[in-house]
Amino acid sequence: MIIIIFFLSSGVFLGWSLGANDAANIFGTAVATKMIRFRTAAILSGVFVIIGAVISGAGASSTLGELGAVNKLAGAFIVALSAAVTVLWMTKAGLPVSTSQAIVGAIIGWNFFSHTPTDLTLLSKITGSWVFSPILSAIIAFILFHFVKRVIENSRIHLMRLDAYTRIGLIVVGIFGAYSLGANNIGNVMGVFINSSPFKDITVSGLFRFSSIQQLFLVGGIAVAFGVFTYSKRVMMTVGSGIFKLSPVTAFVVVLASSVTLFVFASQGLRNILTSLNLPAFPLVPISSSQAVVGAVMGISLAKGLKGMNFRKLGHIAIGWIATPVASAVLSYIALFFMQNVFMQDVFS
Amino acid sequence: MRKFFNNKSRALESDIDGYLDRVTTAGLIFNEGVKAYVTGKRDKFENKYKDITALESETDNVRREIKHDLYSYMLIPESRGDVLGILETLDDIVDVCEKVLEKFSIETPRIHEFMQDDFLELADLSCKAVEEVVNGARAFFREIAMVSNYVNKVQFFEHEADNIEEQLKRKIFSSSEIKDFSHKIQLGYCAEKIADVSDVSERVCERLSVYAIKRRI
Repeated sequence: MIIIIFFLSSGVFLGWSLGANDAANIFGTAVATKMIRFRTAAILSGVFVIIGAVISGAGASSTLGELGAVNKLAGAFIVALSAAVTVLWMTKAGLPVSTSQAIVGAIIGWNFFSHTPTDLTLLSKITGSWVFSPILSAIIAFILFHFVKRVIENSRIHLMRLDAYTRIGLIVVGIFGAYSLGANNIGNVMGVFINSSPFKDITVSGLFRFSSIQQLFLVGGIAVAFGVFTYSKRVMMTVGSGIFKLSPVTAFVVVLASSVTLFVFASQGLRNILTSLNLPAFPLVPISSSQAVVGAVMGISLAKGLKGMNFRKLGHIAIGWIATPVASAVLSYIALFFMQNVFMQDVFS
Repeated sequence: MRKFFNNKSRALESDIDGYLDRVTTAGLIFNEGVKAYVTGKRDKFENKYKDITALESETDNVRREIKHDLYSYMLIPESRGDVLGILETLDDIVDVCEKVLEKFSIETPRIHEFMQDDFLELADLSCKAVEEVVNGARAFFREIAMVSNYVNKVQFFEHEADNIEEQLKRKIFSSSEIKDFSHKIQLGYCAEKIADVSDVSERVCERLSVYAIKRRI
């Protein structure tokens, strides 16, 4: 049992850092501009990240499973740890980083180490989604911004009421954002443990089934929620007052656009609907919520006639696509070697 | 929650509207007061002076209530500083209006017939500036794109008031009807104080313009 807990700890740590960093994308501006209290934001994001992870987390996670079926708990531990260390190291170095990109790199590192061929079609689908997701987020934000602007200008809503509506809107999109984050990103945290899950399915009186994967996602979700409660406040203050200084109304647009983006890359239900209508469906892939936010901010800059467009940020996104997975893959490969040859643990079967 | 926000925001909306109505009324009372004084209707003038004194303390109370509600219910944290800035500078207009009538009431300067029209026009222009600045403030709360329109009008009335003020002061100081230089100084100062109402209105407008830019999404 202690060994299981130990091996899961790297995923839990990754979950914690996801909660600490990415919840700020959802509620950062709302908290920093004092529209919503941190406690409210933390409770809502914690609860809905868990709900999103348990209910809709399977889609994006299974894609990671297809990329590399990490089949030993010790291997999964190293893969998640390598991703977590990469995230930590790149964050400390002030480089943009995404858990999605770090975990994909770490899985590829495992594939190399275990001589498992990497499905290049799937990999290109994943990397294609990374490139496309900020663009989609920018398009949605661009359209939404014009819509919201027109509504506000034409409706002559009093500033007081507009403030009240904005506050409610920020809470609603924040909940949706937390749900989407849980659904899309839980795979990064717990996906690699699926094939070596130590949990057993639980069935309550033959009606309610709580699968081992859902139990894993619950653990991951709680880790994310813990990250939100313990560390996200200061990140929220940075997001809200530093890098992207947004007004509450533009924050509403940014959060909604990035949440929709996360959602479309995570929802099995939406995928089924689009497929049944013979429409092209979005692949279920873990994407970077931070890059979706940057995309949305760029969309708004574009809507304002390129005002405040930060081209360096665009460059950072592109660096993240390559540097993060490469660094994580190398680290994963080296760590797997040590785990196998120094600590004598099977990292693949 | 929605009900809570709506109730509180609606109550504040009506408080703010009520406050702005009072500022407009202050401008009108000020104009009527000056008119009554200049045309020699002293009883009517004293009534207007009483009215504006009462209104001044009433606006102070409403402003304090608005400030209290904005902060205790965490309403519009992003722009409440701006809102209070607008309300406080609008309060200066009411103060100046009251001070002008107080000055007339205490000092009772003699207004000669040749300067009556100029005093009336000056008060009228200042009153128009007040009306337009209040319209600008209403636009700030409801229709941000219209703010600049009202700002332009206030600037126009302020400029006109400046011209009349200068013209009036020239007449006063070149007049042979007024014997005492101290009387001339006193009348010149009265003209300045009346024109001050439009100057303060313009200052509010400057704030409005900046806040309107900040509020544009």
